[in-house]
Amino acid sequence: MTLSYFIQQLLNGLSLGGAYALIAIGYTMVYGILRMINFAHGDVFMMSGYFMIYAITVMPWNIAIPAVIIGTILLGTLIERVAYKPLRSAPRMSVMISAIGVSYLLENLANYLFTAMPQSYPEISILKHVYTFGSITVSRVTLLAPILTIILTLVLVLLVNKTKLGMAMRACSKDQDTARIMGIKVDNIITITFVIGCTLAAIGSILYFTDRNTVQPYSGSLPGLKCFVAAVIGGIGNIPGAVLGGFIVGICQIVITATGYSVFSDAFTFVLLIIILFVKPSGFLGEKAIEKV
Amino acid sequence: MTKKKIDIKKTLPKVLMIVLVALYLSYLQADPMSHSYAITIIERSCIYSVAAVSLNLIIGFTGQFSLGTAGFMCIGAYITGIVTIDPAMKSQIFYLYGIQPWLENIKLPLLAALLVSGLICAAIAFLIGWPVLRLKSDYLAIATLGFSEIIRALFGWDGLGTVTNASYGVSNIPSFSSLYECVIICVLCIIIMALLINSSYGRAFKAVRDDDVAAEAMGINLFKTKQLSFVISSAFAGIAGGLLAVFMRSAVTSTFTVALTYNILLMVILGGIGSISGSILGAFLVTGSQEWLRFLDREYTFGSLFPMLSNTSIGGFNVPFLRNGFRMVIFSILLMVVVLFWNHGITGSKEITFDRIAGFTKKLIKHKEGNAHE
Amino acid sequence: MKKRLLAILMTTALAASLIGCSANSSSSASTDGDTIKIGVFEPKTGENGGGGAQEELAIEYANSVRPTVTVDGKEYKVELDWQDNQSDKTVAVTAAQKLISDGAVGVVGGYGSGVCIAAGSYFADSNIPTIGTSCTNANVTLGNDYYFRTCYLDPFQGEIMANWAYDNGYTEVATIDNVGNEYTSGLVKTFTDSFTALGGKIIDAETFQTNESDFKAILTNIKNSGAKAVFAPTDYLYAPLLLNQAADLGLSVQWIAGDTWYSNVLIQDAGDNANGVVADTFYAEGGNSEFDTGFKEWLQADSSRMTTNLDSDAIVGNHAVAYDAYMVLMDAIESANSLDGAAIREALSSMNASDGFACGPYSFDQNGDAVKDTSYICGIDNGEWKFQSEEKVSK
Repeated sequence: MTLSYFIQQLLNGLSLGGAYALIAIGYTMVYGILRMINFAHGDVFMMSGYFMIYAITVMPWNIAIPAVIIGTILLGTLIERVAYKPLRSAPRMSVMISAIGVSYLLENLANYLFTAMPQSYPEISILKHVYTFGSITVSRVTLLAPILTIILTLVLVLLVNKTKLGMAMRACSKDQDTARIMGIKVDNIITITFVIGCTLAAIGSILYFTDRNTVQPYSGSLPGLKCFVAAVIGGIGNIPGAVLGGFIVGICQIVITATGYSVFSDAFTFVLLIIILFVKPSGFLGEKAIEKV
Repeated sequence: MTKKKIDIKKTLPKVLMIVLVALYLSYLQADPMSHSYAITIIERSCIYSVAAVSLNLIIGFTGQFSLGTAGFMCIGAYITGIVTIDPAMKSQIFYLYGIQPWLENIKLPLLAALLVSGLICAAIAFLIGWPVLRLKSDYLAIATLGFSEIIRALFGWDGLGTVTNASYGVSNIPSFSSLYECVIICVLCIIIMALLINSSYGRAFKAVRDDDVAAEAMGINLFKTKQLSFVISSAFAGIAGGLLAVFMRSAVTSTFTVALTYNILLMVILGGIGSISGSILGAFLVTGSQEWLRFLDREYTFGSLFPMLSNTSIGGFNVPFLRNGFRMVIFSILLMVVVLFWNHGITGSKEITFDRIAGFTKKLIKHKEGNAHE
Repeated sequence: MKKRLLAILMTTALAASLIGCSANSSSSASTDGDTIKIGVFEPKTGENGGGGAQEELAIEYANSVRPTVTVDGKEYKVELDWQDNQSDKTVAVTAAQKLISDGAVGVVGGYGSGVCIAAGSYFADSNIPTIGTSCTNANVTLGNDYYFRTCYLDPFQGEIMANWAYDNGYTEVATIDNVGNEYTSGLVKTFTDSFTALGGKIIDAETFQTNESDFKAILTNIKNSGAKAVFAPTDYLYAPLLLNQAADLGLSVQWIAGDTWYSNVLIQDAGDNANGVVADTFYAEGGNSEFDTGFKEWLQADSSRMTTNLDSDAIVGNHAVAYDAYMVLMDAIESANSLDGAAIREALSSMNASDGFACGPYSFDQNGDAVKDTSYICGIDNGEWKFQSEEKVSK
């Protein structure tokens, strides 16, 4: 194994992990507040990919990127309002079924609107620039993904820990009823959580799809599940944990594929999940939760 | 003990319905060639009914959100396939990897094969249930979903090629000897599950679902009850998988994706969580309507649908929305409507009985009469 | 209250429709006056929807060229019965049963071996002769007396491409296999066997899972292995991803693929990165000018046909084998001089016909596979597929 091979694979892993981390943040924040797996999050991420395909045909890339982010936010909050909000007092299983239903709907809708054939993702020239260092070749987006992820995480951690809004979010995730008594508008906080999750999913989708070139209706479902697993590994509800989990899952996937066991690359993520749930159910960075009766 | 009186009023419709169904089936079976389309729809619906009831057993009756159905169906399908294929065909089918010598000469009749599939699935469920069932709702869902993906990867792995034929899958599985065979096996499976649900075990399942703390206080062993339900549900999922393999005459991992689990979940939810008859109805409705709603996937011009328009200017336009994939969009919207506005499904958690149908028609007639008098 | 009403309404509707569809189908007479039905068993949707639609076009064209068939001195109009198998094996069984209960005399199709294997035994049980188009897996016709096909088989393709690679000076090749895909695994396996038998070496065998979209890890491995050529007979879906990601990694190799990559969409989707790709095909445009011009005119006559053919009038191998499948069936019906399935099957197994095909002549071996010894190698040069050479394998 040469050094350049090692570095090239490491870069592959970091760029995949970066995209996973951004999506995982969305899962972890929603789970932190609503205690539900937003099964549709991966499909929102897929839809965001399609938004870019269509946005780029009518506007330059520097307008298209914010437009795609706004579109994704609208979609995400719409889903929250229509499919999750009415079920706030319903049993957890109903909410979960509703989330699966939205995921099913988005996939079928994408299949109907954009056909099952994969569509090529636009090449944003500024992201596609290729660097060559000796025998290592990387595109700018590959380098950018982990860096951008870390910057965004830092911003988000500051937001959650240092601002009033962040305090309200933390209060909601601890105890919604008490938070409401304290005058926090819980519904608004939930909406903001979805806005943040969707913004990161949209950025993640630009990084992920620019590197992978095509979007198809099912390109969100498996990455979505993996990112949830990433969030669990890092400690659900914990933002740096989700990022750590994202990188772990991404790098593991590259290592397993590179060593010739690609058959098990998806399966391994779930094996990892089951192991973590038994060895350290609260994840690497999560707080120990007390089982509420 | 007093002898039970047979209430003719109550028994008659049941007998009548069984006779009617039997007559209809024998009418189809009399000329299977020309009725093959109807026969496949019935067979497919029956098989999915078994899968849906088994999923309902764990989700609806025990309250454990397990999404591993496709994985267990995959195991059942492969086992049934491998042991029912004609030994003479095996070397042809496994031409790439060869076949394990101990498998080569096994040939079991269908019933025995299904039983073996069910037992093996039960054993596997017992093993994985031990760690997995300690998880709470969301985690359980994702862990079982993961299990199902792991199974799929394992069966497609060429390291197991001599057993599963890796990505080629198993083909040339002998089909049902007749429609009756399929229907009777499915009905038997459902009856067994229904008896179980109505037994004391079933009541324990429901107790765990409704309030696990109270159930534990009443002396129900939570974990054992969950495990029993999971093992039985998985065994029947395996049998359903075996039946599906016989129906398709082949078993390939690409059939048993997460989408299959979601599809069965859709049947359970549409029919009503916690209702056996609801799941059966859901299975028939989803399978049947996927056939009749096919027109939604085709493009039509207004002219071809309404002949009187064919010469007008509208006649040449395509009817809006009707395009490939529209059918599934309608299905998913329907699912969302049921989840959001009608979360008990068609039947609610109650069963459809003749009394309820009779009571309902009576009320309907009264209601109409009432209207007429006004 | 309303719920109960709806429940009962739905149940009755279900019962009625089940009875209805059996009543419809009870007219099983295979001939209805002067028309006979020929089933078209193709995927219109699902993963193979694109290829299936192309084959359907060719079958429709073949039907317009030869709309009638004469049996026993009586001329029958041929009506096509389209059934979409959705590239899904469970749906395939239903689609096949629909064709059987519609009383199809014979069936043509389809694209993708999995669905054909699932449906094949049902056609055989009902004595319906079926002509496969581009289902290249050996198991389609194996042990099935009623399944024939106009294309060649995976082992043949693998051998052809191995010969090509070795003859063109590539002695060390990497392979990419899609685990869970019969087509890709079959080709990789036979390629590997033939290539090593020739004296070549597979220096890197990579695999990936269905629906994977990240190939960077395996492509980095290939780059590291130093292979000069890569054999990647994947489904079309993965072709542009592999090519573009390879370009991102600075991997420049000779790409060798199977017939699925021979498509104009590849040039659209992968742009310059597609240059140099080599694939084999059942038929190369220019092989039969009569078929080419006729089909092109027919395609151009209707814009919706062009749309279905991916906005192009280019002719691919799938068109030719689908056209031929229909023609073979017509020939067999006429030479059997009967509409009886068993008689048509007999005629097919002893067939030796050479006229009126796109890539004939046709005769079938004991399995029902067309006896073919030629494949056509095409390559992308400057954004266009160009015919390169004919490869033969001595049988």
